[in-house]
Amino acid sequence: MPSISLRRRRPAAGYAVIALGLLTVGTAYAAITSAAAASASAPGITSQNQLAEGRAIFLQECATCHGLYAQGTPGVAPSLIGVGSAAVDFQVSTGRMPAREPAAEMPRKPVQLTTRQIHALAAYIASLGGGPAIPTAGQVSIAGANPGLGQQLFVTDCAQCHNFVGAGGALTYGKYAPALTASTPTQIYEAMLTGPEAMPVFNNTTITPQQKRDIIAYIVETRQEPNPGGFSLGRVGPVTEGLVAFLGLLLFMVFAALWITAKHGKAHE
Amino acid sequence: MSDSPAGHGPGDIDENGRPAGDGPAGDGEAPGAPRRLIGTPPPAKAHALLAGEPPGRPPAARELPADPPDPAKAKRAERVVAACFLIAMLAGIAFIACYVIFTGSTLTDVQHSNLALGLSMALTFLGLAVGATIWVRRIMPPVELTEQRKPMRSADEDRAAFAETFDEGAQASQFVKRPLLRRTLIAASIPAAIAPVMLLRDLGPLPGTSLDHTVWRRGLRLLAYGANTPIRPGDFSSPGGMITVVPDGYQDDFNALAKAACIIIKFAPGQIVYTSQPHPVPGHVVENWTVDNIVCYSKICTHVGCPAALYEQTTHHILCPCHQSTFDAARGAEVIFGPATRPLPQLPMTVDSQGYLVARSDFTEPVGPSFWERS
Repeated sequence: MPSISLRRRRPAAGYAVIALGLLTVGTAYAAITSAAAASASAPGITSQNQLAEGRAIFLQECATCHGLYAQGTPGVAPSLIGVGSAAVDFQVSTGRMPAREPAAEMPRKPVQLTTRQIHALAAYIASLGGGPAIPTAGQVSIAGANPGLGQQLFVTDCAQCHNFVGAGGALTYGKYAPALTASTPTQIYEAMLTGPEAMPVFNNTTITPQQKRDIIAYIVETRQEPNPGGFSLGRVGPVTEGLVAFLGLLLFMVFAALWITAKHGKAHE
Repeated sequence: MSDSPAGHGPGDIDENGRPAGDGPAGDGEAPGAPRRLIGTPPPAKAHALLAGEPPGRPPAARELPADPPDPAKAKRAERVVAACFLIAMLAGIAFIACYVIFTGSTLTDVQHSNLALGLSMALTFLGLAVGATIWVRRIMPPVELTEQRKPMRSADEDRAAFAETFDEGAQASQFVKRPLLRRTLIAASIPAAIAPVMLLRDLGPLPGTSLDHTVWRRGLRLLAYGANTPIRPGDFSSPGGMITVVPDGYQDDFNALAKAACIIIKFAPGQIVYTSQPHPVPGHVVENWTVDNIVCYSKICTHVGCPAALYEQTTHHILCPCHQSTFDAARGAEVIFGPATRPLPQLPMTVDSQGYLVARSDFTEPVGPSFWERS
């Protein structure tokens, strides 16, 4: 011990203390969260247990912004009463929630909760005031769907923001319509049903469940469209194509011109 | 042009008809040798053709060496050029082969065909161009030549001869002496000259008042475009909803839809700023034209007519994707940003006896961008 106290004024000591502190906090945090995860994956839960688990997750992950009673915080986070389990599943299964920080648009990021936890959280939020439910696998199945009609509907009501092939696009004040390249059929269905963030709502009496499946079929099909040229260039249309052609060809031509006109070999010396 | 001092450019001629700046310091040139000019006649007596050229000038020495400066390098370059030309030839054959091979008619087939044809054609021309450039740079002797221009003005005797011929012709034709012929000829040519102007009328009938109206009329149902189903207010019931609608019966008439396409937006109670006036008031939605907090606006941007339908339900902003004109849907689609100068026109709506949304009338103002006769 005397040796440690003797070395406490060395330059490296400060760094060592900070590193030790971080390690301690990190380990403690990991222990707590793993304990929570372990308790979440306990088998044989009843519906009542699921609600309790959902409430626990809500208090831990969501209540900071959305309030202890999911009533929302003006200017920061909306009320979650009545948004339904579909909205919760969409936001959490795409990794948008829990949010890292308030932003104009919540980016898609790796999922932070297990499917079980998401369903528990969704059940808890749904218990607060109903709302659209998570669609079943059959509801989002694209078997037998009509991608032709889906394309018509997509071009009419979705493409203005999400681009013709779902590549996304910009909105106002930092908001943007995300690309649909990674969205699962369930997430697309939920987004139409609940209108996350700035997206309009397309409820089941406006765009019927069958039409929603058609739209999903179109989106899924465009992803499988091959790129014979090798690059999709984001599939955002003539903008990137023009940019690549302009910059690429222009550079090529400039260098070609330099090469053609460059001085070379002194012949008549 | 390091060898053209004193402000002379290539092609300039000095008083003696020789190129200006013709100094002995030219690249790779024997000192004092006069310079041979591309496009000038060969040396010797034909030199006299050049205007102002004093006859009897001694013939210029031959200036283009027949052999490359470095035969070994030239030999290597020759092989490279030949390889380029062979590649170009093979790519040209490949182009023809691709044209024969890729014959499918599906979208993917066409894309593959385009790719193969484009690549082989690019390779053909690139091979030719690169080969030709290497040929010029590595095999031909590196001599810079200046091309000389003749003066634009004809020689005085040529000008005099032309005037004489013209005068003779005019006299012989009696054009001046016989005014009857002259005047009738002129009279005959005037209508023929005007006639083509009349063809401009074939550019189409004038639009008349067609830009002032759309096909919307009283009782015409709003169809959800795509599925083409009529809409009940109770179906379109989720606040924050937005959908494109078209007039019933015109869902496949693109000329009509170019003006008549609309969007309907559902608001939560209390979000809309209403006016009770029966006509548009800036910053307000005409309440009498809405049904159950559903508002209908023209989808055609008032700037240059793009489909303005990027709707943000959180801010109630309608955004036009072309030039970012932004309209506040809760306030009569008034312009809050961008180059548009007028709000999106609101379509008067009501419900028919079966409870479906219908138009109450046509728009009360022209939709879309400004035009010359717009009142």
